[in-house]
Amino acid sequence: MLIHLRRSLVLAIICLVVFGFLYGLAGTGVAQVLFPHQANGSLTANGSTLVGQNWSSPRWFHGRPDDTGPYAASTSTGNAGGDNPLKANGFSGGSGATNLGPHSLTLVKNTRTLIKYWHDLGVDPTVDLVTTSGSGYDPDISVLDATVQIPMVARATGLRASQLRTLIATDAHAAEFGFLGSSYVNVLQLNEGLAALEK
Amino acid sequence: MGFFLTLVLLVVTLGVAWRYLGSYMAAVFDGRVHFLGFVERPIYRLLGTRPEQEQTWKRYAGALIIFSAVSLAITYAILRWQGSLPLNPQHLGAVGSALSFNTAVSFVTNTNWQNYGGETTMSYFSQMGALTVQQFVTPAVGIAAAMVLVRGLSRKSFSTVGNFWVDVTRCMFYVLLPIAFVTGIVFVADGAVETLAGTATIHDVLNGVTQTIARGPIGFMESIKQLGTNGGGFLNANSATPFENPTGFTNFLSIFLLLCIPFALTYTFGKMVGSVRHGAALLAAMVLLFGVWVGFTSAAEHHNNPAVAIAGVHSTVGNMEGKEVRFGDTSTALFGVASTQTSTGSANGAYDSFTPVGGMGLLTGMMIGEVTPGGTGSGLYTMLVYAIIAVFIGGLMIGRTPEYLGKKIQAREVKLAGLAALIMPITVLIVTAVAVSVAAGRAGPLAGLSPHGFTEILYGLTSQGNNNGSAFGGLTGNTPFYNVIGAITMLLGRFAIMIPCLALGGALAEKNVVPESLGTFRTDNGMFVGLVVGVILIIGGLTFFPAISLGPVVEQLSQLKVF
Repeated sequence: MLIHLRRSLVLAIICLVVFGFLYGLAGTGVAQVLFPHQANGSLTANGSTLVGQNWSSPRWFHGRPDDTGPYAASTSTGNAGGDNPLKANGFSGGSGATNLGPHSLTLVKNTRTLIKYWHDLGVDPTVDLVTTSGSGYDPDISVLDATVQIPMVARATGLRASQLRTLIATDAHAAEFGFLGSSYVNVLQLNEGLAALEK
Repeated sequence: MGFFLTLVLLVVTLGVAWRYLGSYMAAVFDGRVHFLGFVERPIYRLLGTRPEQEQTWKRYAGALIIFSAVSLAITYAILRWQGSLPLNPQHLGAVGSALSFNTAVSFVTNTNWQNYGGETTMSYFSQMGALTVQQFVTPAVGIAAAMVLVRGLSRKSFSTVGNFWVDVTRCMFYVLLPIAFVTGIVFVADGAVETLAGTATIHDVLNGVTQTIARGPIGFMESIKQLGTNGGGFLNANSATPFENPTGFTNFLSIFLLLCIPFALTYTFGKMVGSVRHGAALLAAMVLLFGVWVGFTSAAEHHNNPAVAIAGVHSTVGNMEGKEVRFGDTSTALFGVASTQTSTGSANGAYDSFTPVGGMGLLTGMMIGEVTPGGTGSGLYTMLVYAIIAVFIGGLMIGRTPEYLGKKIQAREVKLAGLAALIMPITVLIVTAVAVSVAAGRAGPLAGLSPHGFTEILYGLTSQGNNNGSAFGGLTGNTPFYNVIGAITMLLGRFAIMIPCLALGGALAEKNVVPESLGTFRTDNGMFVGLVVGVILIIGGLTFFPAISLGPVVEQLSQLKVF
């Protein structure tokens, strides 16, 4: 009994040192040397390509509605939201989904509000554009999600639809190795490309 | 088509892991691997033990329990003292006592149920020193317990079953550490964050948005989180967040990692008992059930979310509520099935927003006992319990004393196996009944007093009873009631199953081997695979059928459509 206790303490301390700190510190060291851009959060001048933002103006391509309309900071009681990943919508848990169930009346109501939101912007929304993501700040949309927004962006910026189509095509990422996951467009990269186009 | 190729790649890579990781682990636990001897030997010296110094099952179990209790105390202490400890750039204060207790139990039982949002609750010190440490320790403890049962079947007239300290140390250093470190680099290369620099605040001049982005040592926690079937992520939304799971490739890698050890352990078992065919028979039963669950769950998620469809959006994209664009619907469902049928419980989407049938796929995957392939170690020992029940039933049918690998299965073994198999369903059903009977329990679900609300409660307690850790996130778990009842459920789900399995291993090791005869019931052919599958489905299916009927089945029928 006592010998078990002594051995338990010794092994627990060894584990704390080796797996708690040596492992993590060595990992951080290797990561910072080999892949500093990724290890620090894939940051650009305007944010992280891995954290979605709220693009509310029709001048920009919008992401998933993680903090738009019914999910915006002032109205939402759920856990969605993307502007501030540390305190999304005043919900202090950080990242997270709405967790609304498949028969939730709130989800029906919110989806209707979002459909109207998009119709007001002159966009016929796809499924991705009226549903929220798992992380609460999905940085990506599908090529189709971007394409349906072309009329809105063209009207607001004065750019030609063909220019925007080319922009989307250049920014589209294929599924990894062609089949793992789905193809997507990163909204931050797309809008940074859009800003460069307008200059 | 893409999903089909994903499945093909998964089968091929897991097949390679089954053969080679399986035989490597057999060598590790037989003490034939020594390349880290320079680390291993000083540890044994500090512990005052030697690999030859074997223990009886009772001493082995005593060591396991006391080591787990000490781990629990240290984890709890770190969380409570977080405010005074270093590596805390966000200056987060101490974690509350009920939440610390629940979290410490959760990580020490390999559950990784999380009643907190990581980025706003846990300092880097807690994430590394309290949580990541247990992600290495608990899978090793689970595999060690499985080794006792395997040795029980492979040894003849032995009183000892191995040395707990040596088994755990070897598992952590030879199996978990090398794989986790290498794949940790892959996660970071693809975009997972790994820094100690604290949050980043960035102003976007294009849209005027200012963001404070939570960062941390995430990538290397990610690899061991999946490999050890732990599931507890750094961030609240777990593998749905791009910082934990940045691409379709890391998503595949996660699925591979969380399945590789549980599947490969069946090869290890076969190798150690001297009949790979016996391991392959267990593997076949696991793959059969796993495949069926992947099929219907991903088919269900490829349909539109009912609520979204009612609101007026019809499409063929599938249920994207709570899912990430870069993964898509079917890959998220595959991840969900893999995560719930191992004891991982990581999530790359909101399981709560799955369609009723999809959510039922995840829930029932846990209810069948997490044996397809189950957690690291826990999957194998629970599967062996089912195999022993299957030979018992087979023996009753042909009227002979049942045998498994030449060991007579007698009253004591059947009692222990029955105990190990029934504790989980009994615990889960009782605590669910308690939760829906008291106001504090009924206050939990986001969906309120509805079939879906009941499913949220049932899912949460099933997950904790199976040491899974995934959740229907709508359940508000950080309340005194759920913190305490959850902790009790997790402790029973871990140790009340593990101890009978250790006893079973001890009892079997003492037995001599009966020579095989013409009348021996074969335990390495298709007939036996069918029998094991039947036992799993009957124990899981019949015990939980009434509960499932009240939750997802009602929910689905109220919609009057099969999918």
